[in-house]
Amino acid sequence: MSGPKTLFDKIWESHVVAENDDGTTLLYIDKHLIHEVTSWTGFERMAEDGRGVRRPDATLGVPDHSIPTRNRAAGVAGIGDPLGRGQVEALIANCERFGVPLIPLTDLRQGIVHIIGPEQGLTLPGATLVCGDSHTATHGAFGCLAFGIGSSEVEHVLATQTLSQKRPRNMRIAVAGDLPPGVAAKDMILAVIGVIGTAGGTGHVVEYAGAAIRALSMEGRMTVCNMTIEGGARAGLVAPDETTFAYLKGRPMAPAGDHWDRAVAHWRTLASDEGAAYDKEATIEAADIAPQITWGTSPEDVIPVTGRTPDPAAAPDEKRREAISQALDYMALAPDAPIEGVAVDRVFIGSCTNGRIEDLRAAAAVARGRRVPDGVGAMVVPGSGLVKRQAEEEGLDRIFVEAGFEWRDAGCSMCIAMNDDKLAPGERCASTSNRNFKGRQGRGGRTHLVSPAMAAAAAVSGRFVDVREMLS
Amino acid sequence: MRTFTTLSGPAAPLPMINVDTDQIIPKQYLTAITRAGLGKGLFHDFRYDMEDRERPDFVLNREPWNEACILIAGENFGCGSSREHAPWALEDFGIRCVIAPGFADIFFNNCVKNGILLIALPEDNVNTLMADAENPQACRMRVDLEAQTIMRASGETVGFEIEPFRKHRLLEGLDDIGITMARAAEIDAFEARQKAAQPWLYGADIPDSAG
Repeated sequence: MSGPKTLFDKIWESHVVAENDDGTTLLYIDKHLIHEVTSWTGFERMAEDGRGVRRPDATLGVPDHSIPTRNRAAGVAGIGDPLGRGQVEALIANCERFGVPLIPLTDLRQGIVHIIGPEQGLTLPGATLVCGDSHTATHGAFGCLAFGIGSSEVEHVLATQTLSQKRPRNMRIAVAGDLPPGVAAKDMILAVIGVIGTAGGTGHVVEYAGAAIRALSMEGRMTVCNMTIEGGARAGLVAPDETTFAYLKGRPMAPAGDHWDRAVAHWRTLASDEGAAYDKEATIEAADIAPQITWGTSPEDVIPVTGRTPDPAAAPDEKRREAISQALDYMALAPDAPIEGVAVDRVFIGSCTNGRIEDLRAAAAVARGRRVPDGVGAMVVPGSGLVKRQAEEEGLDRIFVEAGFEWRDAGCSMCIAMNDDKLAPGERCASTSNRNFKGRQGRGGRTHLVSPAMAAAAAVSGRFVDVREMLS
Repeated sequence: MRTFTTLSGPAAPLPMINVDTDQIIPKQYLTAITRAGLGKGLFHDFRYDMEDRERPDFVLNREPWNEACILIAGENFGCGSSREHAPWALEDFGIRCVIAPGFADIFFNNCVKNGILLIALPEDNVNTLMADAENPQACRMRVDLEAQTIMRASGETVGFEIEPFRKHRLLEGLDDIGITMARAAEIDAFEARQKAAQPWLYGADIPDSAG
């Protein structure tokens, strides 16, 4: 194929090992991240079949999903749930047996798999990266084609370093102009999902472009790409630029010396060519985006904080009407009512969406000098041990603790609630995570997705408020 | 992998949009290191109340749908988490075919790997089959992958489209890894080329513990 190419086209085409007879492509995978929940079955079957890991040097394991966020010094023994502990033990044993590098629970660098990949410089522009987790889309912020896979595909990559895939289509989402003050990358991606819907990107790889995307830090770009899966697309991409290179330079696993110069020269060729064609396009004006908040049980159920819940009676069809009614009922919200002022029981700041240093700074700026009221439980869970250390060096932990937040150890925590961090039935939570599905943070729990600043504002107010009014 | 040729039995209706994989199998089933028994957790929060008693009104708890092998669902079925526990739970329950207007991408791939046939049909056709499924007298269907047809209880058939690669893999129950392993020489050649051009992608060991 000649003519102008997209960033996605360039990465895809440079990773084709072979075209299969059945119309799929055998694609080479450069980097593979593994964690405890989705890797055991692959290792088990490889052991049965007598197969080994083809590229241990391209693979990195870390436990993150079911680990406690307290008492980290106890290591694996500190995992209360025997099943969860067994899974982490299996990950450690499998990595040892198959020669795969592992960042253990007690290592300062341990954290959420999607935080540590970029942090260690494992995530690189122009590369392909997979992980048995749908939020692998995060790594697309570097112009790295990164997507989530299932356990069978994990096994396929471990054994062959390839995947047979049907080529996705190109989609471009531009966010034009400048984001207003008090509006974050999280608000941007929630607004995008509100426009395209949770199936809007199905079958596509999304390239994010436009001035507002360019102006984002790497942390902000990761937040945007992270939730691409909530818009239905497996992968999101941002073309690498000076911001990307500055972030990567000097990271432990990033290229160094002569390799660095060669790598950057290559990375500069990756941006989409002028006139490249997309199968689907959408443009959003950054100036129109207000702080966002979800009201329902799907990420597309999103409104500005100044908005009102929907009225099922105004729904376009019966299925949608039923879905809105059920969601409002589950969330215990009235139809056609303001979202601002709704009281919260819990606040969770963390996750692979918003567990990076910039997120903690934004939350701390709101929490500083304020106080979480009695009856509200608020916790901050840094995305990695390194994020935690940096936050402590900057004094953010003191701000949070003095404001009444709990300061925890790194992990997925209440984003998936596989450890002890979960909502009780009926509890309402302002959460910086990525999914407001029914029961996601604990059975019967009610999740509202917001930015870190909005979450901190809800924590110190005891209810949802427009954070912009607190920033003047 | 089990082959998929034909499938006959009751179809269960689940007329909801955006059913995510957390609803198909919730997190408490993700810590096991065995797949056996996941069928018990299928649609856990729909099937069981807060005290873990079966909800008698949920379709999969009622005859004849408690023996359903086909599921008729709404748009964007299987969205969210990449957990392969979702197809494992469906299969362990006995459901080997899901019919809906559309499916999420990762779930779609995971089903192919587990011998589960996903059929995407226009909304009108799904509505027809949903009405059949809701009627205990009409809910039995027969899916024929080779012929690409769904036979309703009335004897009428509904055709469906499927990509040749997916049809072939399901019909033959192919082991993907075995197929790819046969291309080892091509993978070797790719790696040699890439290593010469982008050596920084090779041999990046993680440094020793930082703390």
